[in-house]
Amino acid sequence: MANVPLVPELDTPLPKVESDEGLLSWVASVDHKQIGIMYLIATLFFFVVGGLEALLMRVQLARPENGFLSPAAYNQIFTMHGTTMVFLVVMPMLIGFGNYLVPLMIGARDMAFPRLNALSFWLLIFGGLLLYYSFIGGGAPDAGWFSYAPLSERAFSFTSGLDYWALGLLTTGIGTVLSGINFIVTILTQRAPGMGIRRLPLFVWMTFINAMLIIFALPILNASLVMLLADRQLNAHFFTPASGGSAVLWQHYFWGFGHPEVYIMVLPAFGIISEVIPVFSRKPIYGYGFVAGSTVGIAFLSFAVWAHHMFAVGLGRPADIIFAAGSMLIAVPTGIKIFNWVATMWGGAIRFTTAMCFAMAFLILFTIGGISGVSFAVVPTDWQTTDTYYVVAHMHYVLFGGTLFAVFAGIYYWFPKVTGRMLSEVWGRWHFWWTFIGFNLTFGVQHILGILGMPRRVFTYPDLPWWGVLNLASTIGAFILALSVAIFVWNLIASLHHGATAGDNPWQAWTLEWATTSPPPIHNFDRLPPIRSRRPLWDVAHPENPDWERQTSQRGTAGTAEIGIDKNLQGTALFLASEAVFFVLLILAFVYYHNNLFNESSSSPSNAGRVLDPVKTGIYTVCLLASSATIWWAGRSLKRGNPTMMRLSLLATVILGAVFLFGQGREYQRLIGENVTISRNLFGSTFFTLTGFHGFHVLMGLVAIAILFGLALRNTFKGPHSVAIEAVSLYWHFVDVVWIVIFATIYLWARV
Amino acid sequence: MQGSPFNPISPQERDISNLFIGILIAGAVVFVLVTGLVLFIAVRYRHRGGSDEPYQEFGRRRLEIAWTIAPAVLLAVILGFTVKTMAAVSPGPGDHPPDLIITGYQWWWGIQYPASGVVTANEVHLPVGRRMLLQLEGGDVIHDFWVPQLGRKMDMIPGHTNWLWVEPTQTGTFLGACAEYCGAEHAWMRIRVIVQPQAEFDAWQRQQRQAAVAPTGGDAAQGAHLFQQQTCASCHAIAGTGANAHVGPDLTHFGGRDTIAAGVLDNTPDNLAKWLKSPQAVKPGNHMPNLQLTDDQIRALVAYLEAQQ
Repeated sequence: MANVPLVPELDTPLPKVESDEGLLSWVASVDHKQIGIMYLIATLFFFVVGGLEALLMRVQLARPENGFLSPAAYNQIFTMHGTTMVFLVVMPMLIGFGNYLVPLMIGARDMAFPRLNALSFWLLIFGGLLLYYSFIGGGAPDAGWFSYAPLSERAFSFTSGLDYWALGLLTTGIGTVLSGINFIVTILTQRAPGMGIRRLPLFVWMTFINAMLIIFALPILNASLVMLLADRQLNAHFFTPASGGSAVLWQHYFWGFGHPEVYIMVLPAFGIISEVIPVFSRKPIYGYGFVAGSTVGIAFLSFAVWAHHMFAVGLGRPADIIFAAGSMLIAVPTGIKIFNWVATMWGGAIRFTTAMCFAMAFLILFTIGGISGVSFAVVPTDWQTTDTYYVVAHMHYVLFGGTLFAVFAGIYYWFPKVTGRMLSEVWGRWHFWWTFIGFNLTFGVQHILGILGMPRRVFTYPDLPWWGVLNLASTIGAFILALSVAIFVWNLIASLHHGATAGDNPWQAWTLEWATTSPPPIHNFDRLPPIRSRRPLWDVAHPENPDWERQTSQRGTAGTAEIGIDKNLQGTALFLASEAVFFVLLILAFVYYHNNLFNESSSSPSNAGRVLDPVKTGIYTVCLLASSATIWWAGRSLKRGNPTMMRLSLLATVILGAVFLFGQGREYQRLIGENVTISRNLFGSTFFTLTGFHGFHVLMGLVAIAILFGLALRNTFKGPHSVAIEAVSLYWHFVDVVWIVIFATIYLWARV
Repeated sequence: MQGSPFNPISPQERDISNLFIGILIAGAVVFVLVTGLVLFIAVRYRHRGGSDEPYQEFGRRRLEIAWTIAPAVLLAVILGFTVKTMAAVSPGPGDHPPDLIITGYQWWWGIQYPASGVVTANEVHLPVGRRMLLQLEGGDVIHDFWVPQLGRKMDMIPGHTNWLWVEPTQTGTFLGACAEYCGAEHAWMRIRVIVQPQAEFDAWQRQQRQAAVAPTGGDAAQGAHLFQQQTCASCHAIAGTGANAHVGPDLTHFGGRDTIAAGVLDNTPDNLAKWLKSPQAVKPGNHMPNLQLTDDQIRALVAYLEAQQ
């Protein structure tokens, strides 16, 4: 076994927890497996909570004009159901799978940033608690999971529910971005020797693309939430039509996030299916390249189809046609996947395990969801079906029939690896069939209800022909689903204690997670098999017919250091890319309202030409830009072995940055003195939010640089390179570039 | 199927309905194809014992290109029909003045006929066989005008005016609803469209234009007095009286309407009494407060309002 490569050692040892037993070992854990398990348990808990909310809704809707729930209660519950399922169940559940599996599948010891990983998880928990605290903090949010303005504004939603909603989602959202960064850097830097980027298991590949979506889509949501909070808490005017804001802008922003989010909730599920179907068909995935490549296509297109959620808004025919075409285009790469999965099964020797049953049902149910999805890309039929129970049916076929069926397949498939025990196939079969029947009964009939004219989000409905009986059928289906979930939970608990012992590789699967014990040791692998193809364990089991002898899977570069950039710098760069999107949204809001802002008469305080002083601000701008040069000089001095110059340069950077902040403070003081505030008008709202968040970033940068300066005084940096200085410099240059754009937009362009 | 878009009462909706049926058929074909394949494979390729692995097939480029192109072509055809139908069923307003202005409020519909000056609420009267341009406004939050048999739904957004052509070709009463979630009583923001022969519509409009007849005696006269005194008038208007506030629905000729409070109750004297007794019990969360009226006051107001035919 001369060519057995060892797992690459982490460059820093993992922090140790004193005992590996008990609650503390979980709470304090930075082990990706423990964190992954905690993600799955937490999201399973929220799944049950969200499911109970759904049952309450279905009881209320079981018959016409029912009085089980008040409208206020119903509206809070459906809002919480949607928010919970999207933000606290589906998305983090898939992140949990990724956490557990990605390092194992690429032959790594852990994620690239184990502590950051723990932070992401706890941010999810705190965000979830913040959201649910609303129930005792004055009332849950009640504006639906996409919180359309102005209904979500204080004038129409005056409990603090929406504030908890926005704060909770911001908290989980930041955690999700950090997870995304972590996945990308892990997959780029932590792969075992031989695990080329083209040999990645498809689940890892899809998690990688998904992480890309996350870091660019979540900041869109975060920026929108910040603006909504500014409206609600500081009386800003972003989305309040009564004071010039735009209700339509919120929709553009929300769906700018929301449509990529749909794929964030689906791509890793595609990955799970791409692992499960080949193993139980005993064949490799059919057309790896097409399946992987079509995922990239979906990722790009998903940012260009948001307005298909807005066909009823009246955006005009050209916009509607463009977004219709894009939405149809995105069906193509999705269709490719379905056909490739079917072709994978063709000619196989299919093992009907519970995992495979769920995966095959996924193919059918997701196809139904895809077909009904086309009726939303076809604009005239969207005009009938949107905002009805037809769309409720559609999205549940995608997210439940699609993602959750894949998740169930994944849990039956990987449970033996995680726990060392098999889930009961007998209970599994019961679970599968009750889920399949309950699901189709609940949501199948909702297509018809939508076509009969039943709008979504109604707490009750008049007794029109067929409405009562179809709703009752849907409610019965929901209770069957609840039963199936109970069976599932029972199976999890019972099998955990009494399940058959799994062994390392009970399914004779081919990816690396099956090359270690079940459950894996804390360091994941004692030794790895040679990785010479996409199916290293196939090669081990079939030395007479290994994959690496074949053309198709031989391609792909070996080795881990393809990028050659420090992982911390990669992480910083990805974080800044995400931050850039956040600022772009704030700048776009300013530009969007530019016409409103400057059409007013010159005596109006909203006239930026009068209130702003570009010369004064220009001087402070020069200070900020100079600080970019000084921090660059600090790094250069370190390289040249001149610690004194390095310290002086860092000190100069802090001083120049502080001068800039001082200048900003003076400007704020003057504007507020002239009664130009965030609540004055749209200029104030956009100006103070944008420059305020930039100022906050400058302040954070100053703190970091001051820490560097302190460390430099203690001679911490030995040179010639310091990742810390390089990472902070990168951040600082970013802050400066953002300011150049802001200055050019507000002080130069807008005044013309 | 009353209320379904598959039962069109206008040429616009007929086009949408035909397109919808077309894509449902195309969808059914795809569904049968995929499901048939999966079921066939489940039977044909199930494991039948033995430990030999099947032939390891890694993919065929040509086949995959074929199933990339085939759906793309199908979708391109669908896009063609989409664009064609969009132009037919939802043309722009041009420079035509609106025949109706409908404004969505939490949780009722304000309806104006600018040409005749008629103002009403929650029930739209349309003449059969005439193209009418609707101007749609959001009065507070976003609402959505949707009468499935008449045509497309269209959002009513504050600060963003929309226009919609309607052209009913059948007489009758057709039901619709607000289709954009708008708060507590979104469920009870129902709308009725009453399509009448031109002569009947003209007569209705003439009658609506007449000022309210002041009752001369009995409960109704007392009700008229109460209406002005008991804060009703601070929110509601009745043309021809001193009441001209527009916070709640215009109640001119209220007695001629089919329902109370945007479809919650049929418009009968008993139901109206129930509503006045406790609006919050009938439609919880709506913006009409409980005015603590006595039974006598309610009887008088019911007599007055129901007389406003």
